Amino acid sequence: MPLLSFPRLVCLSVVCCVAACGDAWNDPYPSAERGQSILYSAFTERPKHLDPVQSYTEDEITFTAQVYEPPLQYHYLKRPYELVPLTTEAVPVPRYVDAAGRTLPADAPVAKIAESIYEIRLRPGIRYQPHPAFAVDEAGRPRYADLDRDKLMGIERIADFTHAGTRELRADDYIYEIKRLAHPRLHSPIFGMMAEHIVGLKELGAALQAAAKTLPKDAWLDLDAYPLSGVEKVDDLTYRVRLKGKYPQFLYWQAMPFFAPVPREVDRFYSQPGMAEKNLTLDWYPVGTGPYMLVENNPNSRMVLARNPNFRGETYPCEGEAGDREDGLLADCGKAVPFIERAVFSREKEAIPYWNKFLQGWYDASGISSDSFDQAVRINVGGDVALTEEMQQKGIRLLTSVRASTFYMGFNMLDPVVGGLDARGKKLRQAVSIAVDQEEFISIFMNGRGIPAQGALPPGIFGYVEGEAGINRVVYDWRDGAPRRRSTEEAKRLLAEAGWPNGRDAKTGEPLVLNLDTTGGGMGDKSRLDWLTRQFAKIDIQLVVRSTDFNRFQDKIRKGAIQLYYLGWNADYPDPENFFFLLNGAEGKVATGGENTSNYRNPEFDRLFLEMKNMDNGPRRLEIIGRMNRILNEDAPWVWGFHPKSYALGHAWLKNRKPSDVGHNGLKYQRLDVAQREAMRREWNRPVLWPIVAVIALLVAVLVPAVASYRRRERAAAR
Amino acid sequence: MLAYIVRRLLYAIPILIGVNLLTFALFFVVNTPDDMARMQLGVKRVTPEAIQKWKAERGYDKPLFVNGKAGGVGVVTETIFFEKSARMFAGDFGRAEDGRDIAREIRARMVPSLAIALPTFVLGLFVTVSFALLLAFFRATALDFWGVVLCVAMMSISGLFYIIGGQYLFAKIFRLVPISGFGGGLDAMRFLLLPVLIGVVSGIGSSTRWYRTIFLEEINKDYVRTARAKGLKETAVMFGHVLRNALIPILTGVVVVIPLLFMGSLLTESFFGIPGLGSYTIDAINAQDFAVVRAMVFIGSVLYIVGLILTDISYTLVDPRIRFN
Repeated sequence: MPLLSFPRLVCLSVVCCVAACGDAWNDPYPSAERGQSILYSAFTERPKHLDPVQSYTEDEITFTAQVYEPPLQYHYLKRPYELVPLTTEAVPVPRYVDAAGRTLPADAPVAKIAESIYEIRLRPGIRYQPHPAFAVDEAGRPRYADLDRDKLMGIERIADFTHAGTRELRADDYIYEIKRLAHPRLHSPIFGMMAEHIVGLKELGAALQAAAKTLPKDAWLDLDAYPLSGVEKVDDLTYRVRLKGKYPQFLYWQAMPFFAPVPREVDRFYSQPGMAEKNLTLDWYPVGTGPYMLVENNPNSRMVLARNPNFRGETYPCEGEAGDREDGLLADCGKAVPFIERAVFSREKEAIPYWNKFLQGWYDASGISSDSFDQAVRINVGGDVALTEEMQQKGIRLLTSVRASTFYMGFNMLDPVVGGLDARGKKLRQAVSIAVDQEEFISIFMNGRGIPAQGALPPGIFGYVEGEAGINRVVYDWRDGAPRRRSTEEAKRLLAEAGWPNGRDAKTGEPLVLNLDTTGGGMGDKSRLDWLTRQFAKIDIQLVVRSTDFNRFQDKIRKGAIQLYYLGWNADYPDPENFFFLLNGAEGKVATGGENTSNYRNPEFDRLFLEMKNMDNGPRRLEIIGRMNRILNEDAPWVWGFHPKSYALGHAWLKNRKPSDVGHNGLKYQRLDVAQREAMRREWNRPVLWPIVAVIALLVAVLVPAVASYRRRERAAAR
Repeated sequence: MLAYIVRRLLYAIPILIGVNLLTFALFFVVNTPDDMARMQLGVKRVTPEAIQKWKAERGYDKPLFVNGKAGGVGVVTETIFFEKSARMFAGDFGRAEDGRDIAREIRARMVPSLAIALPTFVLGLFVTVSFALLLAFFRATALDFWGVVLCVAMMSISGLFYIIGGQYLFAKIFRLVPISGFGGGLDAMRFLLLPVLIGVVSGIGSSTRWYRTIFLEEINKDYVRTARAKGLKETAVMFGHVLRNALIPILTGVVVVIPLLFMGSLLTESFFGIPGLGSYTIDAINAQDFAVVRAMVFIGSVLYIVGLILTDISYTLVDPRIRFN
């Protein structure tokens, strides 16, 4: 048998090696995963915290929301968002008591309510995912309660523990987690805020702080040894939380992982010596009762969720909003969830590979970056958005929603030029509000992915009013059935009335120069800032852009050493209070270090805010919100920017996907048509082989003459 | 030789202290402990008390360099600089600000980085040296001319273009390899094929020109003429004499980068989704994670010093006239 030459051998080896990978040479997943119900997705930023008491960002909640189960959740399909039970029997209804402990009616005046009492009743039979913290020996004692560094030799991951166990969810676990909010080493971002509401939490924080100082640095702090007066266990499945005064937003917090259960034995398990050095912590390996459990945590590369075998079973909702049935979102009504066995999240730092892998079918869903927007979406003359032909041919679906977020340009109300509630400052701010053309901004810089804001509240939040009734009358007129921005002339008139005719001080003739502090300023931001400068120039105001780094920017905001700035706010929960509190005088950044970065303080607005924030949704609340909006539009502490629209794409085989801004546990409702995915992937990923042949031919074409020439030279030298 | 190495290692200690001091000063000029706390705790709903607690727990509530309130050696030791630096010299990098063990993270990320960097380095060296020898052999011919033109063209193209172009052609259009990703064991091979190929190709232009210049310089020397006069074949002249004598300038540039291969490549790893060390420092700077920045700068300095020592040692191997002094 003739031997193969070396180049042929190399070529053959490469081809065999790649061909061995499966039908599609570019399949990035192991062949063993083919044909399985696995959702493939990506994440850009590595999650920092998976401990429910600390986790607060979207990068993290993608994972934590599938593992942990707080008492409540948002209905997957209904809009406006509606709270429904998750692990509880029902959405708890608060009982109000006065200072003497007497029960008050539900509509009692806020001033009379001394405490709100929430009694939360859990469903029986909910069990935790398998975990070594629950493993017990034959005698019923915990197997892994006395670990040390020696015993942990050879154990690098949770999966390396031989035994695992489970147990039923209990009220104690929720109580333990509420106590963890006050844990001095965990730095929960909501502790300060919750300590103002939950009776005894502040005192618990002080007690734990003092206790932690007496213990070695990494020693376990047994929270059960420290009472929390405002939270009590009624029975194994019921607990009671007492809040100071009335705080209806507490229910929204009950749908966030901060209030998910953490069993004491899990906390104890992870605090044993040597665990933290191996990243064996609750921050790395979450433990919950949710439909999925985190089985692989490599935030540099991939995170894998697998179905929790102990998940109790929940059914797919049978109601939704209008259009859901037509979109096929109710087809799985009543079926047990979750449908998907595993979810693999790969880290993609760059948009281009992420996008191309989505197009090849290796990711089931994708966002649309500005680079790929034109390839994915076209906007027709009427402003309607549709998928391009290429996307339609692939059966890709476009999922859009207006996000529960507001972006704005804020004025520092403490500034002598742009601030104050007098007519001079007010009219100046109104003029700027008219001049900065948000419609143009959205069109140029956001590919139309946003709607101009008429106030602080985005659509979907109670108090947002559509149509003519909801427009900002200071900036817009209602003409031809749509809001029309007032003219530049009108803005100039307002500016002149403010004492700045033609952009100059009426008394001194000095030009009006305003300063915008921004963390941008790089190449990508230049065009945006140039555009903004031109908007101010339209009304003869000179805008000076002061680019700064994030730390200095925050520092200036804290000190009030700022005139204009850009910021945004994503809703924590779908309630108007979560937006209006950003303008509440008591939250002033300079005065109190709160979230009111504009340091806006209008006594009437503040009074209405206090009244509105504790009310249940209804006509009276809506009326108050209308008045608050009118005050804000008149005072114009912010130039209302826009509410961004979320555009996402999903392949035809991905079913039941519905975007949500506040509910993040939707993975359990999604379903895959695996056969369709396999077929499409095969069709879209047939390798093109001629380039290999071409490269080999090119090498031969170059090397053959070179070798011949070399031989000629050698022979010539020999002669 | 041992004495020489020990001496060089001792010289390294003040250098490392200096580098550490500089890193520390530069980092804290830009980021105060308060800024770090805010970055770690998030910008939403963070209270001043929470910031103070975070700083106190991590020892960032102490003075930076001098603790006037402490007595005795505490003036120096009870400072952020001393507490954060002393352990590092014992090889203890501590934990990142998010609580994860830095040494563990580095170990985990080093393997993927090396998986790309090592084959790219070895293959790249082989290809560029071979190509440069080929051009030197065919000097002043059309092959040499067009080879140099090709090299100039290749070195004029940005590395990012090679990456994006390579992904577009081989992964998207031809669908021969995955666009990005990484696997364990042998599965990693198919993910490494394209980044290694791109790494090699993108380095051909500049390296080949540099090596070609070195070879041409050697080719015109008397000993080469003598070798030819002795009747040696051209291949023997090129590989046995020219290449060997040209190794010193090549080694100067090559050996020093060998230890730095551990540090990975930011762009390649980022675009190909390789979970290596390339982006670890950048991510840490963005996250204002001083513990990681300090550790990575420290390791980078150590590796660079090791690289320089290895370079010196390699000189003695290729040129017997060079002795340790």
